[in-house]
Amino acid sequence: MSGHAGFIWSAYAVAFLALGGLVVLSLAARRRVRRQLSARGLDKRR
Amino acid sequence: MASLHFLANPARFRRFTASVLPLLSVVTVLALACGLYLALIESPPDYQQGETVRIMFVHVPSAWLSMLGYGLLAALGAALLVWRHPLAALMARASAPVGACFALVCLVSGSLWGRPMWGAWWVWDARLTSMLLLFLLYLGHIALTHAYDERERGDRAAAILALVGVINLPVIKFSVDWWNTLHQPASVARLGGPSIHPAILIPLLVMAVAMLLLYVTLVLVRTDTEIDRRRLEIATLEPDERTA
Repeated sequence: MSGHAGFIWSAYAVAFLALGGLVVLSLAARRRVRRQLSARGLDKRR
Repeated sequence: MASLHFLANPARFRRFTASVLPLLSVVTVLALACGLYLALIESPPDYQQGETVRIMFVHVPSAWLSMLGYGLLAALGAALLVWRHPLAALMARASAPVGACFALVCLVSGSLWGRPMWGAWWVWDARLTSMLLLFLLYLGHIALTHAYDERERGDRAAAILALVGVINLPVIKFSVDWWNTLHQPASVARLGGPSIHPAILIPLLVMAVAMLLLYVTLVLVRTDTEIDRRRLEIATLEPDERTA
């Protein structure tokens, strides 16, 4: 990539880490809250 | 507008989310795979910028979505302050970190693009500075929603910030026209049509659609979680606090 590969791959890595990290955190938070609701017997969707 | 009112009810919103999320997630993954293939393999190098133009495929859609996301935040702020919309505060809490992430990706990828092209990681140029301000507005919004013991006060303060900060959106868009900037002028959303060759424009638009789908998916998932979190908070309140 004409000597600029480090810049290009770093940009994609940052996007992957930031957006992928947000996806993982969002799904983990969703699972955690649903588990807490389930523990209280409130897991039935309203 | 009627569909927005229809989704204003949290129960209806959750039913809608449960029905669209599986398909939306699959389409998002496929669109991202297609966009990355076009951006990294199919698209040719630019005649001036060479291979570094590939940074544009993450940089530009991130910029568009961070601005679109802030527009949504301001609309939700208005819905909360004017109509006391039950879902607006929850969706604003859910969407602000998503917009902040896109703004961060835009700033960092822009810096990584600027170093080989301009010879500098950062310049206090009008476009870059107004984009940094957008990122700080997102952080301010997130901080304000968590700054008060009383959730409603935090949501209202954040809504006011979102409405005041919306003035920054036209500044970002037109900064390259109003001031002499190092940043290049608009090349897609401009009068007279895009000035980019279709071989580069098409991958850019595919990546923009893929990232838009990712944004929508994330906002739906996180809003659904906020609704559950609110239910959990209400369940843990004492009976007299629930009625207060």
